[in-house]
Amino acid sequence: MTVHSTIATPIEQAQRPSVWSRIWQNDAPGYLFLLPWFIGFFGLTIGPMITSFYLSFTNFDLLQAPQWVGASNYVRMFTADPKFSASMRVTLFFVIFSVPLKLAFALAVAMLLNRGIKGLPMYRALFYLPSLLGASVAIAILWRQIFAGDGLVNKLLALFGIIGPSWISNPNYSLWTLIILSIWQFGSPMIIFLAGLRQIPQDMYEAASLDGASKWRQFVKITLPLLTPVVFFNAIIQTIEAFKSFTPAFIISGGTGNPINSTLFYTLYLYQEAFGFFRMGYASALAWVLLALVGLFTAFSFLTSKYWVHYDD
Amino acid sequence: MTINAPAKLTVVTEGMPSPLRRRTTSIIVHVLLIGASILMLYPLLWLLAASFRPENEIFTSASIWPSSWSLDAYFRGWNGLRTGFGTFYLNSFIISGLSVIGNVLACSMAAFAFARLNFKYKNFWFAMMLMTLMLPYQVTLIPQYVLFRQLGWVNTFLPLVVPKFLAADGFFIFLMVQFFRGLPKELDEAAQMDGCSPWRIYWRIIIPLSMPVLATAAIFTFIWTWDDFFGPLIYLGEMRQYTVMLGLRTFTDSTGESDYGGLFAMSALSLVPIFLFFLFFQRLLIEGIATTGMKR
Repeated sequence: MTVHSTIATPIEQAQRPSVWSRIWQNDAPGYLFLLPWFIGFFGLTIGPMITSFYLSFTNFDLLQAPQWVGASNYVRMFTADPKFSASMRVTLFFVIFSVPLKLAFALAVAMLLNRGIKGLPMYRALFYLPSLLGASVAIAILWRQIFAGDGLVNKLLALFGIIGPSWISNPNYSLWTLIILSIWQFGSPMIIFLAGLRQIPQDMYEAASLDGASKWRQFVKITLPLLTPVVFFNAIIQTIEAFKSFTPAFIISGGTGNPINSTLFYTLYLYQEAFGFFRMGYASALAWVLLALVGLFTAFSFLTSKYWVHYDD
Repeated sequence: MTINAPAKLTVVTEGMPSPLRRRTTSIIVHVLLIGASILMLYPLLWLLAASFRPENEIFTSASIWPSSWSLDAYFRGWNGLRTGFGTFYLNSFIISGLSVIGNVLACSMAAFAFARLNFKYKNFWFAMMLMTLMLPYQVTLIPQYVLFRQLGWVNTFLPLVVPKFLAADGFFIFLMVQFFRGLPKELDEAAQMDGCSPWRIYWRIIIPLSMPVLATAAIFTFIWTWDDFFGPLIYLGEMRQYTVMLGLRTFTDSTGESDYGGLFAMSALSLVPIFLFFLFFQRLLIEGIATTGMKR
């Protein structure tokens, strides 16, 4: 009996450890490793999100306590704020033109590079360089000069006898200079396209060309369908990035969004409201509208994706 | 059968271009690509040239070769503001350096938990982490500002650096999770049999085997922190704390209108650290983008 129990005890303990020691053994290490992330997640993301949602229903100038004003920030935005609608128009225009053009460029160049040509690493690196540098203030400064009245573009146009306008101070063109800056950075989606193109089995093309399919038909019937997951991924990432774009518009317009609000990006307007006029409540409401917009776009893309994104192999 | 055969033969020869045609296409493609490369790099080369050419030539020349070379603009620009660019570079290096340490440490710890450990609600937290990737920073911006202001951190580097030690950029967690998952599971199991704690597995096995992904994360963190304009813009108010990007912006506001040479010289110089990373680690950067589909 006593002999039995001394043998049984350790087995019993191993089989039925206390709840706490099991948690300590199994779950604690994971949570400990995640501790920094948890502090950040709750302290810098979830907490601020809740606060920001609350602030969007208040008037708050940082100095006095927030004053509850109900939905009036949102009402004012959609009914009595021409700068809000201007900034929304500018941002949507920017997203709608810059993202498809950038992706089309990225895909076209990736197709050219994917023919097994010599010097691929060199071309790929050269085309990627603008993507890496493009976010810098220095590039925005350079862009401002290139498209100025006496800038590089007009100097080149003058060689052909064309007198160009001052692109950045003309409201008809100023936003296009920013779209061109965005397209100029097509390198990173191009690299992702290249990686996707390499996944397509070469014998599919061989079979298709034996059947007499033209290059264009091969592109439409083989390349594009098999590449749709990559197109989808690139489109989502680039669109969210485009919505968040701030630095180029800030630098090129000197923080104003001019001429006549033609480069007043949504993020720039939000910055002006928050840190120029210290209307923190209104700026929070602007931020939530942006989140709703990005969220709607993402949800719409995911919901429609099953109709055009080709996932089975 | 016999009627069909010649028809098929012609299809085959049409499908396969002759060597001559193939060479012609190849030449056309190279011409196109070289043309595109020149067009893409022209603005950058022009900026470099503008920084070395005499001031009066900047607005008259579209060439990328200065008629005479001088470093004057660099000296003028370096001391063009009340506080010299030396201070700005020091600040930028401190902020970027600390951010690299914080990001690599905190993100690799979180990624290790997600990729190699099992714990309750892991999938839920992982999904939460992925959600934060899609979140526009504007939604947390104002409460974060209020928080850092109450902590007395405005006009210090802390709001720019501390979030990195809290793994605030989920992108790098995701990047590392992908890599850690690829390492053989047997390593952990064998180490666990030998009585290794999770901490030792992380530090002695996973980290040493993950140098490529850690280097990729470190380089991207450095570049993005170096380039960051918005964070310093709202948190750093005194010129002696400015980063290089803020210095450039101030330059455009104050002296930029008169001293374009200095402005271009400082702009070109601010790209040099990024360009050096590109030069020496481009393979790592391009592979990092290709495998995980990074945003830039």
